[in-house]
Amino acid sequence: MRFLFKTHYNQDIDHLKHGGDRFWYGLLLVLVVAAPAALGTFYLGELNLVMIYAIAGVGLMLLVGYTGQVSLGHAAFLAIGAYTHSLLLGAGVPFLLSLLAAVLVSALVGAGVGWIALRMTGIYLAIATLAFAMLTEQTISRAEWLTGGFRGLAVPQPSLFGMPLTEGWQRYYLTLALLVVTLLMALNILRSSTGRAMVAIRDSEISAESVGINLAVYKTLAFALSAGITGLAGALFAHRLGYLSPDAFTFLISLQLLLMVVVGGVGSMRGVIYGALFIGFLPQLLAIARDTLPPQIAQAPGLEPGIFGLILVLVILFEPQGIFGRWLKIKSYFQLFPLYRRATHRRQKTYLRTERLR
Amino acid sequence: MSYLAVEDLSISFGGIRAVDDVSFEVEEGEVFAIIGPNGAGKTTLFNLVSGIYFPDGGSVRFAGRDITSLPAHRIAPLGLARTFQNIELFEHATVLQNLLIGRHVHRRSTALSHLLFLPSVRREELEHRRRVEDVIDLLELAHYREQRIANLPYGVRKVVEVGRALCLEPKLLLLDEPTSGLNPEESEDMGFWIEDINRDLGVTVVMVAHDMGLVSRVAGRVLALNEGRVIAEGSPAEVQKNPAVVDAYLGAD
Repeated sequence: MRFLFKTHYNQDIDHLKHGGDRFWYGLLLVLVVAAPAALGTFYLGELNLVMIYAIAGVGLMLLVGYTGQVSLGHAAFLAIGAYTHSLLLGAGVPFLLSLLAAVLVSALVGAGVGWIALRMTGIYLAIATLAFAMLTEQTISRAEWLTGGFRGLAVPQPSLFGMPLTEGWQRYYLTLALLVVTLLMALNILRSSTGRAMVAIRDSEISAESVGINLAVYKTLAFALSAGITGLAGALFAHRLGYLSPDAFTFLISLQLLLMVVVGGVGSMRGVIYGALFIGFLPQLLAIARDTLPPQIAQAPGLEPGIFGLILVLVILFEPQGIFGRWLKIKSYFQLFPLYRRATHRRQKTYLRTERLR
Repeated sequence: MSYLAVEDLSISFGGIRAVDDVSFEVEEGEVFAIIGPNGAGKTTLFNLVSGIYFPDGGSVRFAGRDITSLPAHRIAPLGLARTFQNIELFEHATVLQNLLIGRHVHRRSTALSHLLFLPSVRREELEHRRRVEDVIDLLELAHYREQRIANLPYGVRKVVEVGRALCLEPKLLLLDEPTSGLNPEESEDMGFWIEDINRDLGVTVVMVAHDMGLVSRVAGRVLALNEGRVIAEGSPAEVQKNPAVVDAYLGAD
């Protein structure tokens, strides 16, 4: 077990808190930057997809993990980002500007949804966001004059400052850069008063109000932030798909995003990355599993959503802290060895709380 | 004009008049206690004053301003902080984070600058941290600074809640049963802190309490409620001897 000797408050504010952090994150950065040299096209593409998921996951984590507002409709923001970006690119808007517009449009819609959903919490909020996602899917499929409906919409090739981004490694670096920027911004929010207000709303709305936090403003803000970041992921996702149609943004995608956040570990940004790796490589695992399963099961319709749902239930039952929580436990097992006890991480009793007012 | 003036305040829940025409005035710098048996309407009164509930009738004036219809998040910045009877802390955050959240009303930067964490935001964070450390020193919470609330014993949570309220740098502090559930030693500490907060920090304190020992020690004046109505007001000794108060607690005859 190591103890940090702190001599300045800045040490609590900095992202990288000690030499160990700097070393490991530095190593990780070197590895992901060097990855294109070592990986083949397929795995580079998969890694790119994982990072796109991770960006969307950062957005959803801010909302679900830090503000405590559940959303089952984030596929809609992914779709709004993807369509906005593609349509603007098609209209000749420069790449970065169009990316920014995708973020802003998604954030604006997110703010609207958040504002409408202010009075709802928990399961009702989940249902409302689900309804919003369905509405978006329907709107996209009906607005043929704009989106092409089910005929689809071809996504123009991206190009940055006149240089076409067609190679796998170019897109990989683009996504990587955007992921790093997104993560840093999200972590910045979390270490300032905005992020703390979000956490306050998650843990006790009545207390949050009593210390002067305007619930309406911060919930709407959290929705807007979350939707904007997810919209960015959507724009990148569009290039990955190459061809947009409404059925690319179904309920299954929303569920997958929520699964990522829960499996990774609610309330931690590292959990997002773990979760993204998990859902990124889950289809491959499923494909392998299909080969070994008897055909009656392997070919059954709805196998994937079924398995997603099952994993969600199992994680919530047995490891509510997700992969990140499990990692913390393994780490403290070795740090405290041989003194670790199961009870170390048992959740403590919640004392009687003020009955929810209003 | 007194500092906090509550006039003819009333609220009903269904057919029950939880607070019924309650009036009282608190002067700047005093410690004012509200007592009464269970269900007398003490906590409801606090919720009305701090903007969690809105009254059916009557008014609340604080520092010369009518705050009757202001919501809680607009009352806090005026310098009114409160604690809750059953502890409402941010359970999955550390003590330090809880106290920093208490500094919310003193933020100066915008969400956009937080996104980029500009140097001005860092300076502001350091300033918040220094103020929070003052509170940590006062309430002797240094040992628990990095711990999550969910792992803390009840008595410490109670102190953290007072600490969070102090981080608002309030002018008026509403304490809802600050010593309920505490052992005698912890109660005594709490009593000393309330005195310190009042005398050294110059904060006006209004507290709901059951512990008459604490009330007699720290409070200058006492208001007794029963079934939503004021039954007595005066010094602790006077109120304790008042026959209506004895009746309310022990029953008539």
